[in-house]
Amino acid sequence: MPLEVYLNVAIGGVLTGLVYGLMALGLSVIFGVVRVVNFAHGEMMTVAMFLAVVLCAALHVDPLVLLVPIAAVLFVFGYALQRGLINPFITRPEHSQFLLLVALAIIITNTLLIVFGPDARTVQTAYGFDSFQFGQIIVDAAKVYAGIAAIIFAAALFVFFRYTLIGKAIRAGADNHTGALVVGLDVKRLYALTFGLGAACVGAAGTMMTLLVDATPMLGPSYTLLAFVIVITGGLGSMPGALVGGVLIGLTEALAGLLFTPSAKSMFAFAILVLVLLFRPQGILGKRLA
Amino acid sequence: MTHKTQSNSARLTRRTVTAGLGAAGFIAGVAPFNIVRAAGGPLKVGVLLPRSGLQAGIGQSCQLGVDMAPAILKSLGLPELQIMNADTESNVDTARARAEKVISEGAQLLVGAFDSGQTTAIAQVAEQKGIPLVINIAGSPAITEQGYKFVFRNFPTGPMIVGDAFTNQKEVFAAAGTAPKTVVFMHINDTYGTAIAGAVDHVMPKFDMPYTIVEKISYDPAARDLSVEVAKAKAANADALLVVSRLNDAMLLTRELVKQRWTPQAIMSMGPGWYEDQYLKTLGKLADGPISLSPAPDPHKKLTAVLEAALAKVAPGDNLNANHSFTFEALLVAADAYKRAGSTDPKALAEAIRTTNITDNVNIGPGITFNAKGQNDKVKDAAFQNRGGKLVTLAPKDAANGKPEWPMKSYQSRG
Repeated sequence: MPLEVYLNVAIGGVLTGLVYGLMALGLSVIFGVVRVVNFAHGEMMTVAMFLAVVLCAALHVDPLVLLVPIAAVLFVFGYALQRGLINPFITRPEHSQFLLLVALAIIITNTLLIVFGPDARTVQTAYGFDSFQFGQIIVDAAKVYAGIAAIIFAAALFVFFRYTLIGKAIRAGADNHTGALVVGLDVKRLYALTFGLGAACVGAAGTMMTLLVDATPMLGPSYTLLAFVIVITGGLGSMPGALVGGVLIGLTEALAGLLFTPSAKSMFAFAILVLVLLFRPQGILGKRLA
Repeated sequence: MTHKTQSNSARLTRRTVTAGLGAAGFIAGVAPFNIVRAAGGPLKVGVLLPRSGLQAGIGQSCQLGVDMAPAILKSLGLPELQIMNADTESNVDTARARAEKVISEGAQLLVGAFDSGQTTAIAQVAEQKGIPLVINIAGSPAITEQGYKFVFRNFPTGPMIVGDAFTNQKEVFAAAGTAPKTVVFMHINDTYGTAIAGAVDHVMPKFDMPYTIVEKISYDPAARDLSVEVAKAKAANADALLVVSRLNDAMLLTRELVKQRWTPQAIMSMGPGWYEDQYLKTLGKLADGPISLSPAPDPHKKLTAVLEAALAKVAPGDNLNANHSFTFEALLVAADAYKRAGSTDPKALAEAIRTTNITDNVNIGPGITFNAKGQNDKVKDAAFQNRGGKLVTLAPKDAANGKPEWPMKSYQSRG
């Protein structure tokens, strides 16, 4: 097979992987700070996808224009969810947290089914059939836009956590919970902010995902699973790890589909996960626990 | 406690017993008239289709065949059918559950269900309950190889579809004056896709086709992104694309062909997806060119014109396709059998269906009859091409109303 075929597929895989990475980044941020594993992550992304589909149809705007507003809506949803529902479970056993979030996931999926039905919905964009050609390399325009938007959004999040006072406070709370309380930080509020930021990542990723796939209510569980595969591969709690994991999984799926059977491409993503768990259990960029 | 018992006993007077006996006698006396009325009333037909989920577009297309049926059946002098719609949600387990539900609600005959996997599940229920099932569309050969007594199919099996597809392809190649030397074969890996792929392996050597299959690519019908599959197909550098797909993946494949800037000489589909109105309307000019090699209405038959006129009323602008015509014909078989059986008794209905002989039908072939296995083995495929939002029949010669446009116009030059 000519080299350009591999390059075309690899570029597509990396761009899709960036959007996957942004979705998983939200999961990683939430776990890294709040220490709660969001089992409703994929379902929250599906909510964002449906918001994008509905708003695009109603307002006749591009999904990329809606990226920040939908991220903001999901931020508010995540903030309220953490303050109202998840916060009382922070100190409870992990199985209680698990059941709570699985229940939330089921409620979201079924609500979407009731409201929108099981059919796939899509957004229409002016560049839906466009691609960029560089010599023999052809790249899907929608994937390019989605990938660039994912990089910008992730970069903004890195800047927020590294350079803003609230970001530093969140990181301080994550590093030393007792210390954060001693110096007078409102840890509960910081947790809610973090959950909101994680949800905002999901909102942005979901909006971009509508450029790549059709929205259906049943997408949630598969994206939750995908997010777990990515963050465990990249390193649970590591922000760069989530992006690296996303790109790795996107690339693996794409190349495995090309080199082997396309219908078995997910199998290779799970094979990567097994290898990481065997040889680097903390993930590619995760910190080894003492 | 004692007081309560006494009170209850006191209410059970001789007058109450007499009134009860009188009511029971009245009901018993009226009941036979009810039974007579039921036999003369409409036949309750449970129509199971994937009206939502992955195959919703096709299920809703089949539904148009149901919507058109009552008026046409009446005009043909056939008895009325009471349609009980049920949604399989494009899911095998749901299909089984819905079949049981409509039977428990009184369905006397079942029609459905477009998809081979769902139809297989419904056929099992129909056979267990002893309720006749008339399959509208489903190609898996196994369905009519189980020795079922209540299952009938007026639709070709996978090997029949593939055999006719190769015959019709040769006619198309002859009319076009050219033929591809190499093809890539892409197919969904569901029950239907796998059955057709297996049939291609077995049947193709018998037909001495002018091309070789240089690459086979199977994919999940629920796949959300087919970019890798199309990249792999394109890399094979074949002249044409041979596909077995559904509606959603047909649209995804077309989008990827456009994005990856590959227009094969021809796209030849051995299944649904590429001729659906939703495909034609959603993709506009990009929908032109694919040739479907599958069962289809015969444009020269009288009843086809009737159906086309009816379709123009219920769905203006839509083309009459196999989803409409085969679903309509399943109801035609049901109404015809009910008329001849003169009863809603399932065994009598099944026997009547078995002796069906409808020559004034819609689809290509000599008519509707069923062999000992419950299969209409005379139904034929066509080759038809999307052109300007319409379907032009290219083969067989008897049914053709146009010549092939070969090769396909490049996607990039369609404006």
